[in-house]
Amino acid sequence: MRMTKSERAAAPAERTVGQSAARHARDGHLPGAGSAAARAVEEARARMFQSARPRRRTRIGADVVCEAILRQGVDVIFGYPGGVILPLYDVFADHPQLRHILVRHEQAAGHAADGYARATGKVGVCLATSGPAATNLVTAIGTAMLDSVPIVAITGNVPAALLGKDAFQEIDITGITLPITKHNWLVRDADELPRVFAEAFHIARTGRPGPVHIDITKDALQGETRAEHPATVSLPGFRPNLDGHARQLRAAAALIDAAQRPVVLAGRGVLVADAAADLRAFAEKAQIPVAHTLLGIGAIDETHPLGYGYMGMHGWKHVNRAIQEADLLVALGMRFDDRVTGKVSTFAPHARIIHVDIDPAEIGKNVSVDVPIVGDVGRVLRALLPLVRERKPEERGAYFEHLAAMRRESESSSWHGSGAWRDGLLSADFVVARIGEATGHDATLVSDVGQNQMWMARYAGFRRPHSHISSGGLGTMGYAVPAAMGAAVGRPEKETWAIVGDGGFQMTMQELATLVQDRIPVRIAILDNKRLGMIRQWQEIVYAGNYHSASLLGPDYVKLAAAYAIPAFKASTPEQVDEAIAGARAADGPALVWFEIAQEQNVFPMMPAGKGLSDLIESWEGANE
Amino acid sequence: MSPSDGAAPARWVPGSGEARRHVLVAVVNNRPGVLNRVASLMRARNFNIESLAVGHTERPDVSRMTITLWGDDVAVEQVAKQLYKLIDVLKVQDVSAERRIEHELALIKVNAGSRTRKEVLAIVEMYRARVVDVAADALVIEATGTEEEIDALVALVRGFGIKEMVRTGSIVMVRGAQAVEVNA
Repeated sequence: MRMTKSERAAAPAERTVGQSAARHARDGHLPGAGSAAARAVEEARARMFQSARPRRRTRIGADVVCEAILRQGVDVIFGYPGGVILPLYDVFADHPQLRHILVRHEQAAGHAADGYARATGKVGVCLATSGPAATNLVTAIGTAMLDSVPIVAITGNVPAALLGKDAFQEIDITGITLPITKHNWLVRDADELPRVFAEAFHIARTGRPGPVHIDITKDALQGETRAEHPATVSLPGFRPNLDGHARQLRAAAALIDAAQRPVVLAGRGVLVADAAADLRAFAEKAQIPVAHTLLGIGAIDETHPLGYGYMGMHGWKHVNRAIQEADLLVALGMRFDDRVTGKVSTFAPHARIIHVDIDPAEIGKNVSVDVPIVGDVGRVLRALLPLVRERKPEERGAYFEHLAAMRRESESSSWHGSGAWRDGLLSADFVVARIGEATGHDATLVSDVGQNQMWMARYAGFRRPHSHISSGGLGTMGYAVPAAMGAAVGRPEKETWAIVGDGGFQMTMQELATLVQDRIPVRIAILDNKRLGMIRQWQEIVYAGNYHSASLLGPDYVKLAAAYAIPAFKASTPEQVDEAIAGARAADGPALVWFEIAQEQNVFPMMPAGKGLSDLIESWEGANE
Repeated sequence: MSPSDGAAPARWVPGSGEARRHVLVAVVNNRPGVLNRVASLMRARNFNIESLAVGHTERPDVSRMTITLWGDDVAVEQVAKQLYKLIDVLKVQDVSAERRIEHELALIKVNAGSRTRKEVLAIVEMYRARVVDVAADALVIEATGTEEEIDALVALVRGFGIKEMVRTGSIVMVRGAQAVEVNA
């Protein structure tokens, strides 16, 4: 049976075998054949393969993405191309002000955006295609979420008509990132991109910062649009409170004036609010010593007379003792993480607590507080300053003498050496301290996770905000090298070091190629104890010496670096350390130093899980000397 | 200088207070995916919802959720604060302490042959419920009222045999002129 096109269209509705076959020949196996939706699916499938743009063209969604990023004051993105995001790569050449750095794995793109954001205070941007590339971003987005880091993650997705059809490299990535972002969007229409990008950057950087995610279908990237970038955003459901409540400020001032043994607990919120100077002015006026969390490092110069040091699970004993004895804690932009408090029921048992945080949900979440103040730490401190009584250091003479005595005792303990000194082995704390000194305590130091992180936090010596970068909340191994990459790109005027264990380095060392290709001058210090050091420490102390998977093989790191044409140095004894550091610093571009440190050094003191700040382990098996 | 070594009282741990039933009203953007965001947050934060009802409001651009859950006051305040962090959540109010109308709707399919139908109808009458479908040996009862009223009705008709039941979960409105308002 032969039919012309018009005959077919006019064929009666009743079905015969012949007509059914004709329908089949026309529409194939497409469900709902003949419907507009089915045609859209087929067209989308076809367009996945034919997408090169014409040479002369109009503005499309991909252009909007580039414009929007540049409008937000960001001129670098870390990304990796792939199928459905290619329309964006197709227009990059038309936006030459936007620098794209090609990473070697999407996770590194996310961490680099995170490191860029932490070093600069700006919003970092990372980019990946759909499917596996998008899921590779997840760890980095989670890292940024837990540490309140403003990043905008952009992914491509399959054309809108194919959503939900399990198309090639399709995955429900907005479903996956929903709980680990401040907000996310799935954009199917190019006209929506200007509004979504304006909202995304606003949400990422405003209030408590954090990651946001924009998933864009391929047809939205390719669609023509004249939509303009909005000058403002309208988000009735997002209005962070910036100024502390006047009544609470007065209540706080009264507690501060009455306190005999106050301690400030400074967290990352101080850095986010750019409030280091406000903190110093407040601490000096009221004469209150300042302890800081891991992510609060840099909130106060550690050499300041009121800088008391690093608190928490592996914090200094004197700091934790001061908190346990305090009658008032002034918590600024920190969230009473379990690594800080230990067992809450025994935490700071004598202290009233003033808690300042821009996120109201943090107040009363982990610890009940006496005076809650919701607001920006800087604004709150500036409002509080005139309300508190000015004191002279002498007024706290006895208290300060007591603190100084505790500090002397704590710092003279020889936990850190763990016997390494005695054996003439290279001790990690010594390496870290020498890097801090060699760089004049002004470099951006990025740690990985585990023992290296604690050694860096304790011994490098930090003076300025944003000089310490680390994955605190999520504790992401493999973070250091890619995050240092972003930090170095964001703050090229500051020397940048990644201080990383041999375990974490082997998780993301593929980025050596990115450092070389994009000439990013990151110095990498590998603290190689041939162990997953913190695992080994816990198995030694908490799991009765029942070691498993704590030893790991690594390559010859000098040869590895050589394969990438990266200058490499090695130090295995204390005498070789300074020369190796100097060699890396002199390199024009990335460099690597392989420190072969003592294999069984522990980080002390240590608060065992489930215990409190007063239950610090200070020695093990005679290793305290 | 150190505080006396006397035993300090243990610091109170948030969430360790006495649990009671709370009713939260959340006004949210009427957009796809918002219910998912709320449900996902509840799951991720380990909050246990008793019921959640969602529907349209006087404004086409917003929906209203009524969430009932158990927890101590601090834990429920934490729920409200976390909900507030969702961009699509415009307003959250704990109305547990308010004078309020709190009703749900139930459809109950009860066995009712010629011998028992009269009895069932008497109960329906007593509870001001109504019969919305009649078959030879079953009735569908539609009832609205408080959770307790519905519970009592269900207990009474259970003896006849409930073939099928569905309840909407409570929706709530504060009495008087005051309203859960959203600044927009």
